[in-house]
Amino acid sequence: MTEHQQTLDTLKDIRSIMDRSSRFISLSGLSGVAAGICALVGAWFAYGVIGNGRQNGVKVRDLYNNRFSGTDLSVEAYMGTKLFMIACITFTAALLFAFLFTWLRSRKTGVPMFGNVSRRLTFAIGIPIIAGAFYLVKLMESGAYGLVAPGCLLFYGLGLVNASRYTLDEIRFLGYCQIALGLTNLFLVGYGLYFWAFGFGILHIVYGIYMWNKYERINSK
Amino acid sequence: MEMAQPINISNLNKVFDNRIRLGIMSALMVNESISYNDLKELLDVTDGNLASHLKGLEDNGYLKFQKGFIGRKTNTTYSATKAGEKAFRQHLDALEQMIRGTQTG
Repeated sequence: MTEHQQTLDTLKDIRSIMDRSSRFISLSGLSGVAAGICALVGAWFAYGVIGNGRQNGVKVRDLYNNRFSGTDLSVEAYMGTKLFMIACITFTAALLFAFLFTWLRSRKTGVPMFGNVSRRLTFAIGIPIIAGAFYLVKLMESGAYGLVAPGCLLFYGLGLVNASRYTLDEIRFLGYCQIALGLTNLFLVGYGLYFWAFGFGILHIVYGIYMWNKYERINSK
Repeated sequence: MEMAQPINISNLNKVFDNRIRLGIMSALMVNESISYNDLKELLDVTDGNLASHLKGLEDNGYLKFQKGFIGRKTNTTYSATKAGEKAFRQHLDALEQMIRGTQTG
């Protein structure tokens, strides 16, 4: 039986090296939870900005519908800068927290944070997102604000699906969910903030807890 | 009743007997190419040790290397040859057979 055990150990070694050399396994589930919380906080502030308008008797959706009828208030002037600022702060905060937890985890797994595999992962997820960001800016310039939230979800989902080859495979399903959510949102324009908060907030938290429970809790025992 | 198959150790490739050589080949199977430094970090071995095992695999025709430069530093990258990939697959098959053998035996 010892020979049997030896063979199993050898196979385990092979598998571990294949994984560590081709996949960035240090992506922490806690990063997902932190990013999700940031998204929810950001969405809450954004809801406040939009809600303020409601109290003043102005509805964003009305503004959007009236944008060609020559009213003084444009959607751009009304929401543009404030919401854009909130989005930027939310994105930066989420990225920083995701970075922090993954850095902590990479010290445990022994996979370098800035190695070959993490670089490939960054490119895989980064290219769809950067291309998407340019596209969304152009959408906003043309006043199609309703398509921004579904666009965020779609491009982010594509990035995740693309990145799943270079990290723990489960992230693919998070990607599918974001894409499905983005597509649904395309047919329910005007509810973008809710879809956005669900995709970037709730789904991230659910995914993060699942991954933490599966890979990190057991290993830390 | 079927007789227990004798475990056929002769199918195991002696070149892959060593953990480091096995590790190098495992990494090369799933990556198009890997740099010397990445291999060193991945397998956590000394320069002398890694170099001698890389040489061993090269002598068997299992891997090839390419010398390049990043700035002024030399950057050698390694990749598996067709023969190397085939030999590694056969070795995996043999390992699988051994496990099957001990399970039914």
